[in-house]
Amino acid sequence: MPAQRTPTDVDSDAFERGLGPRNPPGGGLGGGAKPPSEGIWRRGKWAIPLSIIPLLVLLAYGFWTDPRAIPSPLVGKPAAPFSVALFDGGRLHLGDLKGKVVVLNFWASWCYPACYEEAPVLERGWQTWKDRDVVVVGVDIQDTEEPARKFLKQFSITFPNGPDPTGKISVDYGVYGVPETFFIDRAGRIRKKHVGAVTDDVFMREVARLLKEGS
Amino acid sequence: MTAEIGYAMTAVALGLALYGSAACAIGARTNRPVLIQSAQHAAIGTFVLIVAAMLLLVYAFLTFDFSVRYVAINTNRGTPFYYRITALWGALEGSIILWSAMLSLYTLLIIVRYRSRQAEFYPWVLSVMLGILTFFLLVMTIPAPPFERLAPIPPDGRGLNPLLEDTGMITHPVALYLGFTGFTVPFAFAMAALITGRTGDEWMRVTRRWTIVAWYFLSLGLLIGGWWSYHVLGWGGYWAWDPVENAAFMPWLTGTAFLHSVMIQERRHILKLWNLTLIILTFGLTIFGTFLTRSGILSSVHSFTQGSIGAFFLGFIALVLLGAFGLVAARGDRLRAEGKLDSIVSRESAFLLNNLFLVAAAFTVFFGTIFPLLSEAIRGVKVSVGAPFFNLVNIPIFLALIFLMGVGPLIAWRRASRDNLRRNFLAPVGAGILAAGVFRLLGVANALALTCLSLVVFVAATIVLDFYRATGARLRTGERLLPAMGGLLMRQNRRYGGFVVHLGILVVALGVTGSQAWSIQTETTLRRGEALQIGQYNVRFDGLAASEESNHFKVTGTFTVANNGRALAVMTPAKKFYPQEQTPIAAVDYLMGLREDLYLVLGDFARDGSQATVKVQLNRFVTLIWIGGFILTLGAALAILPEPRKT
Repeated sequence: MPAQRTPTDVDSDAFERGLGPRNPPGGGLGGGAKPPSEGIWRRGKWAIPLSIIPLLVLLAYGFWTDPRAIPSPLVGKPAAPFSVALFDGGRLHLGDLKGKVVVLNFWASWCYPACYEEAPVLERGWQTWKDRDVVVVGVDIQDTEEPARKFLKQFSITFPNGPDPTGKISVDYGVYGVPETFFIDRAGRIRKKHVGAVTDDVFMREVARLLKEGS
Repeated sequence: MTAEIGYAMTAVALGLALYGSAACAIGARTNRPVLIQSAQHAAIGTFVLIVAAMLLLVYAFLTFDFSVRYVAINTNRGTPFYYRITALWGALEGSIILWSAMLSLYTLLIIVRYRSRQAEFYPWVLSVMLGILTFFLLVMTIPAPPFERLAPIPPDGRGLNPLLEDTGMITHPVALYLGFTGFTVPFAFAMAALITGRTGDEWMRVTRRWTIVAWYFLSLGLLIGGWWSYHVLGWGGYWAWDPVENAAFMPWLTGTAFLHSVMIQERRHILKLWNLTLIILTFGLTIFGTFLTRSGILSSVHSFTQGSIGAFFLGFIALVLLGAFGLVAARGDRLRAEGKLDSIVSRESAFLLNNLFLVAAAFTVFFGTIFPLLSEAIRGVKVSVGAPFFNLVNIPIFLALIFLMGVGPLIAWRRASRDNLRRNFLAPVGAGILAAGVFRLLGVANALALTCLSLVVFVAATIVLDFYRATGARLRTGERLLPAMGGLLMRQNRRYGGFVVHLGILVVALGVTGSQAWSIQTETTLRRGEALQIGQYNVRFDGLAASEESNHFKVTGTFTVANNGRALAVMTPAKKFYPQEQTPIAAVDYLMGLREDLYLVLGDFARDGSQATVKVQLNRFVTLIWIGGFILTLGAALAILPEPRKT
């Protein structure tokens, strides 16, 4: 056990330097050693614990943000026109839907669980809003026909739905993964891109907003 | 039943740890050894329960007990045997068990080693360690219980994240967590020193080897993580400055700074406050790392589960930092320096500069990592900070650190004389400059690479020179060469262990420099029979084969590789399609060599096998990074040996 030395008031570099938790040492090396003023230490010493607080606040703020919500450059731009052959026959041209609010959903049968979570939501939304100028359109990407049809049957999907065999539609919309959903206003502009499974809340909020403004 | 038994074990362990932590503190305050005894028993009980819970979970994995939710999510009937064991730490809940098990192991070791020594510190150390363990057990009980019942029991599980089906995943988390939890020991001693007011150098001397152990495992964990990234992720790199990598790197930086700055305090009795700050930061950063990876506040390639766990961790970080720095502030009057810096040309100041740079590096990494959050909070703008930022600010810092690695160990304490400088540095500096010239003539044009090579030679020369002189001195006393060298390593194991670690770092630095400066890559679509040329290699695409594996579907490409016209190997990079994953996983194939690795990643392909896209990389000197890691292991082992008693 080394004897505890009595503190002397020589070099105070060490602790002045360490005053802030992130203050690196090294400033004023070998410079004249000034004795620390007791007053400064007494008032300043709580600066270390207190300086932690802003950091903690910032980290707590992080809980309210979603780092995965990446703004799409397409938001505000006109939705790229496309035409898709539907699973149950017929074709759908996006251009024909001008004047309506379009919920364009990109999905795939292998996209588990997100696409499976949102399928009932989309169908519910379609049933609720279809008489009020809202169209839900499904585009099945990077998929094969048989499981896709099984998926549609499993969730009794009734809104128009078709495959994108060449991948052109998903490229035009900058689809990064499935599911992604675009909300298109009556004027045919993309107003919102949602990444991940759509929830009833999101569906309702976005559709209501677009309906309200353009009627 | 398994879920209930396991949960009960964690809950009882939580109670025991909480009791033990409190009993220790009260026992130490009121001077009642009985309470401390009792706390010891509680700590041992905690250890036994946690290990039993862990084994129970392993058993559940091995027997496909899908009534346990965690088992059902992280394994399925196709998961190979070994990965059913390592699936234990394949996700959040199990990692917390692993963490707790290691922490309680360290606690047990503390009991074994110090129960009749360090009478002043011991109860407080035990109390702090059990307190921290209490937090992790709390996480295991409330926000992230590994033992949660799943009903109805599914016929099959979801399966392990396929990226984790790799040998790297057997060792990487274990090493990393041994490192993370290892820093709890010096932290606990630091807290004990503050609480008891014995803020001298003793707590550091006691924990010196513990710190090296923690540091070593953390280094190993980082290196294995790099290895895993290199041969699994298929982008040909080993480090991407991803938030999760940064999370493990920051405590390594501050821990490295701590490892060095304690030497100054031992010798010169200055920097007391600084050392306490460093160990608090290091420990805080290990917790912060877990917070970052698990809270979901930052986006990362490592898609981990999230949940209310973030709030628990943030609360704990607040408690640790405010508590620890509050103690520091309260003990401020005892943290005066007892010496001073005499000169800027001295070992102290070299070490201080080393600390300055290491902490600056940690700060820039920290800043870059949380900057997206800061930007969104203040300006409402989403940004991402990528490798260019981190490289730009860190490369100069690391070059400076390499330089100091050569200066620090050989410069004199207090004030270096001209003679000391000339004696120790003239030849190495000459060697460094000479090396720069030679490499330039050999065609190295990249200024950064040239600087790094020259610095590496300089540092290596200082180490060789020192060892040569010391051996020479022993030879003059009549010893033979090999016993003299061996004796030197064993008798001054701390010093030479450090040197060997430095050599390991130098080799890693060479690997990083070489791979950054001279790697080349190309990506092409080849028809069957077509070939591409990279460096002296000719890579020919020979077709595709599909196969059904135990838990995935695999498409393998066959490529015949020739080196300067000589047939060399058939390489088979593949793509694996797991039913539970949304994107296929690349299975890289590579030929490793000392000078260069040929690295093939299969991209898109035509279903009929007529053509395939392949990414071919010639990664130069990457192998040196792994060799450096091996040297570092030897050095750390040497430094951990007990110091021989000086006669």
